[in-house]
Amino acid sequence: MQHPDAIPPSLYEKHRTVHNKRIDGPFRRFKWLVMGVTLAIYYGTPWIRWNRGPYAPDQAVLIDLAHRRFYMFGIEIWPQEFYFVAGLLIMAGIGLFLVTSAVGRAWCGYSCPQTVWTDVFQHVDRFIDGDRNARMRLDAAPWGPAKIARRLFKWAIYLTIAFWTGGAWIMYFADAPTLTHDFWTGEAAPIAYATVGVLTATTFLLGGFMREQVCIYMCPWPRIQTALMDEKSLLVTYKDWRGEPRGSVKKAAKAPEAFGDCIDCNLCVAVCPTGWDIRKGPDISCITCALCIDACDRVMREVGRPRGLIDYATLEDCRREEAGEPPRPPLKALLRPRTIAYFSVWAAIGCALLFALGTRKHTDISAAADRNPPFMLMSDGSVRNAFTVKLRNMESRPRRMRVTLEGLPGASMWSDSMARADAVRTLDETVPADATQPLRIYVIAPSGTPEQSFAFSVTSLDEQAETDRSETTFAAPGGAL
Amino acid sequence: MANRRIDEPTGTETVGHEWDGIEELNTPLPRWWLLTFYACIVFAIGYVVAYPAIPLLHGATPGLLGWSSRGDLAQELAHERHHREGVYAALARVPIERLPEDDARMRMAVAGGRAAFKVNCVQCHGAGAAGSEGFPNLNDDDWLWGGDLKTIEYTITHGVRVPGAAGTRMSQMPAFGRDGLLTDTQIGQLASHVLSLSGKEADDPAGAKLFADNCAVCHGPAGRGNRQLGAPNLTDAVWLYGRSRDEIVRQITEGRNGEMPAWAGRLDPVTIKMLAAYVHSLGGGEDFVEPAPASTTAPAAGAAANAAP
Repeated sequence: MQHPDAIPPSLYEKHRTVHNKRIDGPFRRFKWLVMGVTLAIYYGTPWIRWNRGPYAPDQAVLIDLAHRRFYMFGIEIWPQEFYFVAGLLIMAGIGLFLVTSAVGRAWCGYSCPQTVWTDVFQHVDRFIDGDRNARMRLDAAPWGPAKIARRLFKWAIYLTIAFWTGGAWIMYFADAPTLTHDFWTGEAAPIAYATVGVLTATTFLLGGFMREQVCIYMCPWPRIQTALMDEKSLLVTYKDWRGEPRGSVKKAAKAPEAFGDCIDCNLCVAVCPTGWDIRKGPDISCITCALCIDACDRVMREVGRPRGLIDYATLEDCRREEAGEPPRPPLKALLRPRTIAYFSVWAAIGCALLFALGTRKHTDISAAADRNPPFMLMSDGSVRNAFTVKLRNMESRPRRMRVTLEGLPGASMWSDSMARADAVRTLDETVPADATQPLRIYVIAPSGTPEQSFAFSVTSLDEQAETDRSETTFAAPGGAL
Repeated sequence: MANRRIDEPTGTETVGHEWDGIEELNTPLPRWWLLTFYACIVFAIGYVVAYPAIPLLHGATPGLLGWSSRGDLAQELAHERHHREGVYAALARVPIERLPEDDARMRMAVAGGRAAFKVNCVQCHGAGAAGSEGFPNLNDDDWLWGGDLKTIEYTITHGVRVPGAAGTRMSQMPAFGRDGLLTDTQIGQLASHVLSLSGKEADDPAGAKLFADNCAVCHGPAGRGNRQLGAPNLTDAVWLYGRSRDEIVRQITEGRNGEMPAWAGRLDPVTIKMLAAYVHSLGGGEDFVEPAPASTTAPAAGAAANAAP
């Protein structure tokens, strides 16, 4: 009755802690450089100042949610211009496609925040507990006062890093020096503390404990990347035709023909931050950080064999190399229809955004008619409509603007601050710097004026003389009075 | 139980029952699930002690914390009141006619008035304050009792034709037809004259005579109305009860007199002040001028009755 085969194998893989060994080499040094640059950008950007005059904040990069403004150096984006941000996000997406099709998972290997912070935390491990073997010993050791003390100390460092990571994030949303002061004096907004708390917790967990599991099990990007890559995409590959069959130096010395270049030292696995064995082939676990290349190159140098047993290569290159053909020049590998197409789309969007940014107007008018009541009969029989007219000044200085009635013969207007007796067809208004000025405007037309469309137009009274207009409708009673 | 055994493929103990060869595995609940379950029980006990929980005949057990949703509301209201105290105090100090001197203060008053209007006034005057038949439109430049801040505040405070209230706006349009003061023919002639005042019909000499005898005492000889009595201006384009001949005949016949509650007892003076500021801001507000020495205000009803044949 009982079939042992009927029980399915467990789909749950027990987590194996990765204790990656320290390695040095060109790729490791490049990784240090990228880590330094990305962390410096992340922590430093909010502290860069940028003078925008007296009416705007002087923080170079600021997402000012309270005032609905996004500042990025010389660029200021208003909420209605959010398509710029959408455009940037599309560029970032296509940029990832471009990078993936050209150099494979370079984003994953070097600059993804999960990779960078995992790297930081792994260096903390190494600093506190020693290198791979010491860490494995400590992991297996029973819990005692020394181990507990060591672990608590390490987790305290984790927590400190996590806290600074979360703390740096909120600096992008308010004036950094002010917020820092407010934060430590307990005067910052509750949302600031909540954000720091949440990001501290996620950094602590994702960077300190989950690490490569995030890449392997949680992140959607590796799944998408597998669809984006082809035989022309750059990968970290083990050249099995050269390495196999594996054998130690001693064995190979006895029978050189029977063994390949791989001496089965396992160093490539020991240095891998995700614990993958690259000799099994490319996998979702391989983030192409190239540390195994550094490791293998060092071993090959030591045993006197040519470097590049594990190397960056495309699958196509591998086939050529296996067949004994010369490899293609790197430039040719990069310039192919697919990467050119991605780059063209990416660059086109970028140019369109730059063009829109360069030619956008800083003056804007919009008129909204009152709906209740749509029109008002005055005692002399004339008809009045009320409008909320908004003048937008997107420059960092107050500007004079002239509002004019276009069309609607015989009509005149007055604003809240004027008397009806002073009604005009053109009125001047000073709009504060970087602000939208709402105006309550009454338009009055003589008795018998039929319902019709007309427009408010605005002209900035400065050297730019920017103009804009807003079409709207003048409502009037239908029948004869 | 006796029949317990270890199930080979799974390595799990069975519960010991067997039904036609089918056995049940004794799979324990996951540890985390059990712990969560126990934690919920502990929490529930604490909750029952701390918060209102067990329903009784009248209400529920109060709980140690003394929490109630009504108490929450009271707290929020007190907080809100405290929040507005400064604005209210500032508005209370300023006489209404001097409100426009400070732009920010005026804006606060208008904003507060807009909210109060939505609660107290829209039922008759409409959401856009455009009024309807018998309920004045507050957006236009035609005012029955006057359209400066102080006058509007007075009208809101004391109301219009509130029975028995001291200081209320009082006047009465007689029901000339219903009370037999004028015949139907006379009312028709009178309506022609009233319509002629705004140029809608040719004048009727008989109507003009009737107007001078019966109406001019309140509406003025030229029909321009009298704000002291709330007598509408009959020469303009704005009509409280409708612009058609039928409506005018009906008004002369029945003499409808609108009422508005006196808000003094219902709203505090600051709210009334804010309401006045809001109504004034709707586009037809007039500037305040120091009043001339008070003239005699004869009750309209008496005057009309004296003039009647």
